[in-house]
Amino acid sequence: MASHLLYNIEETVAMILFGIGFTMLLLHRNLIRKIMGMNIMDTAVYLFLAAKGYIKGRMVPIVTDGILDASAYMNPVPSGLVLTGIVVSVSTTALMLALTIRLYERYHSLDLDQILIQVKKEEGS
Amino acid sequence: MLVQNFPFFSIVLAMFSGILSSVLNGKQARNVSLGVIGSTIIMSAAVFFWCLGNGESYTYMMGHFPAPWGNEIRAGVLEGLTALLFSVIMLLSVLGGMRHTFEDVEPSKVNLFFIMIDLMLSSLLALIYTNDLFTAYVFVEINTIAGCGLIMIRQKGRSFSAAIRYMIMSQLGSGLFLIGLTLLYDVTGHLLMSPAKETVASIEAAGRYEIPMLVILAVISVGLAIKSGLYPFHSWIPYTYGYATPTASAILSGLVSKGYIFLLMKIFYRVLGQENVIASRMVNVLFLFGLAGMIMGSVHAILEEDTRRMIAYSSVAQIGYIYMGIGLGTESGMVAAVFHMFTHSATKALLFISAVGLYEVSGEKKDFRSLRGAGYRNRLAGVGFTVGALSMVGFPMLSGFISKLLFATSALQSPHKMMLTLIGLAVSTVLNAIYFLRLVITLYGRAEQVAVKGKQRCSFVFGGAIVCFILLNLFLGLMSQPVVRAITEGLEMFD
Amino acid sequence: MSRRKDNYETSRWRQFMQWLAGEIDPLTAAKVGMIQEKAETLPDEKMERGKVSTLQATPGNESDEREAHSAAAQAEKAAGQAKSAMAAEPWLNQPSGESRGLRLYRRFYQVMSILLCMGIISVLLWTIAYLPIFGNAGNPDNNEVSARYIEKGLDETGAVNMVTGMILDYRAFDTFGESCVLFIASCCVLVLLRIDNDGGSESWKKRQTEANDRIFEPKNDIILQKCACVLVPVILVFGIYIILNGHLSPGGGFSGGAVLGSGLILYLNAFGFQKAERIFNGKIYQRITVSALTFYCLAKSYSFFTGANHLNSGIPLGTPGNILSSGLILPLNICVGLVVACTMYAFYTLFRKGGM
Repeated sequence: MASHLLYNIEETVAMILFGIGFTMLLLHRNLIRKIMGMNIMDTAVYLFLAAKGYIKGRMVPIVTDGILDASAYMNPVPSGLVLTGIVVSVSTTALMLALTIRLYERYHSLDLDQILIQVKKEEGS
Repeated sequence: MLVQNFPFFSIVLAMFSGILSSVLNGKQARNVSLGVIGSTIIMSAAVFFWCLGNGESYTYMMGHFPAPWGNEIRAGVLEGLTALLFSVIMLLSVLGGMRHTFEDVEPSKVNLFFIMIDLMLSSLLALIYTNDLFTAYVFVEINTIAGCGLIMIRQKGRSFSAAIRYMIMSQLGSGLFLIGLTLLYDVTGHLLMSPAKETVASIEAAGRYEIPMLVILAVISVGLAIKSGLYPFHSWIPYTYGYATPTASAILSGLVSKGYIFLLMKIFYRVLGQENVIASRMVNVLFLFGLAGMIMGSVHAILEEDTRRMIAYSSVAQIGYIYMGIGLGTESGMVAAVFHMFTHSATKALLFISAVGLYEVSGEKKDFRSLRGAGYRNRLAGVGFTVGALSMVGFPMLSGFISKLLFATSALQSPHKMMLTLIGLAVSTVLNAIYFLRLVITLYGRAEQVAVKGKQRCSFVFGGAIVCFILLNLFLGLMSQPVVRAITEGLEMFD
Repeated sequence: MSRRKDNYETSRWRQFMQWLAGEIDPLTAAKVGMIQEKAETLPDEKMERGKVSTLQATPGNESDEREAHSAAAQAEKAAGQAKSAMAAEPWLNQPSGESRGLRLYRRFYQVMSILLCMGIISVLLWTIAYLPIFGNAGNPDNNEVSARYIEKGLDETGAVNMVTGMILDYRAFDTFGESCVLFIASCCVLVLLRIDNDGGSESWKKRQTEANDRIFEPKNDIILQKCACVLVPVILVFGIYIILNGHLSPGGGFSGGAVLGSGLILYLNAFGFQKAERIFNGKIYQRITVSALTFYCLAKSYSFFTGANHLNSGIPLGTPGNILSSGLILPLNICVGLVVACTMYAFYTLFRKGGM
């Protein structure tokens, strides 16, 4: 089992990164670090997908010299999924950063707990 | 057949109107949006009746390539019915909150609000009709971002903090859903639902990849449960629903979370195989979380002073009901869950919209004390709120009663979970009754001081929306048999 | 009689009537205890709930109130000193009892987050250990789907680059959805950051000056400008090359659009907003995005419609390998490239000064 993890070292690393990113996004109090965590998490998934598309000793999926044989090229599907995923993650990152800017302008803090405390106070008064 | 094109037309029309709205002004964008929602209602109804008449579902190729290669969407009775109800509720919510939309949103950004509405509609339709896992992921993201846009469009500090909490939780859910998807792709090699299901069946028959399949099931369920706000992951719900503009609250609580639940059901039936899901222990986990949500959501709602937050906490409880139905693991439990999904969408949107009418006549205050006697000041909103509250409690003739009845009868068929379900239903109903009836009594209580504004004539559109909502509720309550039959038929078509 | 009256003041019925009127909350005391209990039963949930319980500073609960005050004071102080949020640690200068509780809570929080992280990682690694081996040609994902993309892709889509053929022809609906994700994200950022002139009110002027950081930027930096003179044309041409060759070589609309966008951003940084606005402003952004997305939507709808109804789309595929080949893929790549370039540039200007 451990040896299997070593063979699949790319996937192992991807999963460790996913765990780190997930925890950062869930539990870190600083908004910028939360966003970093989100990016780490997404990137880990793309690394995992890219590793899944790879086949030893094969070419990238672009037709060269007119060879049209499935055993000559790698799997093109994961690459396409990664492309789509990257755009999604860029969009969400931009949105969250913009939200963070507005929150910072208003509450002068990046700490989510303190922002929420201040929101609470604003509401009470 | 032209009817078979309608699911595709409705999705693309909604997206196209969203794109077009970015160059229109607010009023034009509103008209475009209403037109699109209206035509979606007609097209969904046509799809529903066509499928019901023919007794079969069909897949629709998005492009020139068949199933395992190209994208596909799929329409059947259940898809048509859900799309129909969702678009009706969307139309009524947009109409009911229209005046507040124009008050809450900056005038130069009203068209952006309607872009969100259009894309929200298209993503909901795509989640309903999709037959491809990765398409589902992309549209889940559109849904999330549009939802975030709807929350923060009020541009107040509270809405920003609510939006960021919503985004964080949603991104956690999306991340889990995406990793589940990639793991599933890794073991099956398919992204389309039908071929993936065949591969899953052969994998299960051969007894391979047992642990990955279990983890995939867990990760996808938890991811979508976070996004729909199942009990232990509900912390963002009260903030989100409580602070958004009324239309946004109604749409988010009524439709968005249901879209994810519908997707989860579709994945259970069409990819992982319902029998495999039942065989794994995951349904029991969903069942327990659902039960906990039913009770804890109601307890939180009782403790809440702010009535909008109270309604939001009640959503937590109602989503608990739906997951409990899924967790029962029987066909009838699933039917009850789907029916409750419809009930809750209709009722919760009604509650949010009519509550707004009550705040208007109480000086925009949202706590209990200011609402006293509001039912006399705005009679239609008062009646609407009462009907919604009674329906949530489970008053006969209203839709909530039927769904509770369905839950109870389906509980009788699963011996291991019968007692727990019945006790949970009883306790939750009592708790529901406590806070909703308290609110209704308050509404018709004697006002101590005269309200800030006197009687206010509510607008024609608002009144029409409330009346339609009440009729929808009565329809679901009185004419439940055809709906239940359609749901049963639709679930059979899923296999 | 009098005794009875006293009882009424404290009786359950009186309490019930008060509760009905929204005056008291009999369960408030139970609330805190309940949250503690929940925190113990559900370790994953502990953090969120714990946060909430510190935030639920109910009036009448003095310690919570004070905690909130001290934290807020900290926040203000921290805002004054160009700070990182981690600097706001109340216990450093307040060695009182409750701050020790807070410190313990924070420590506990850290330990729990590490444990949670470890838990997630170990579950996923446990899964990985049973998955197919890396780089093996016999894995389940190398099935008939990818085989057809490779073997027939050139004939069916005309694209030499199979990935482009896949995302813009076989699975084009996903890609259309993805462009819409970008579009709606840019709309959300517009809502958040665009500063609209609402008749010159005070708040508008205030936000305008706050957002305007152009006064700090170096004016006429000669090194930057000369470098940009050389680099910007090269970057733009390279971006256009990537977009136009998306179906022939690695690249495509998204990557090329990102390159184009970065070239525009470099130009903006070197020459300032006034010059950049002459070649690119909000109106142009809107027109380009809407027309590109409209074309994309109509073209793909046509192709979906004909495909689903088994009609011939009548779009020639051309000779594979030529620039003008592979049917709709080239125009779609151009559209996507334009949308991405505009969106990247729009994100930058919105973040910088709240407008275009």
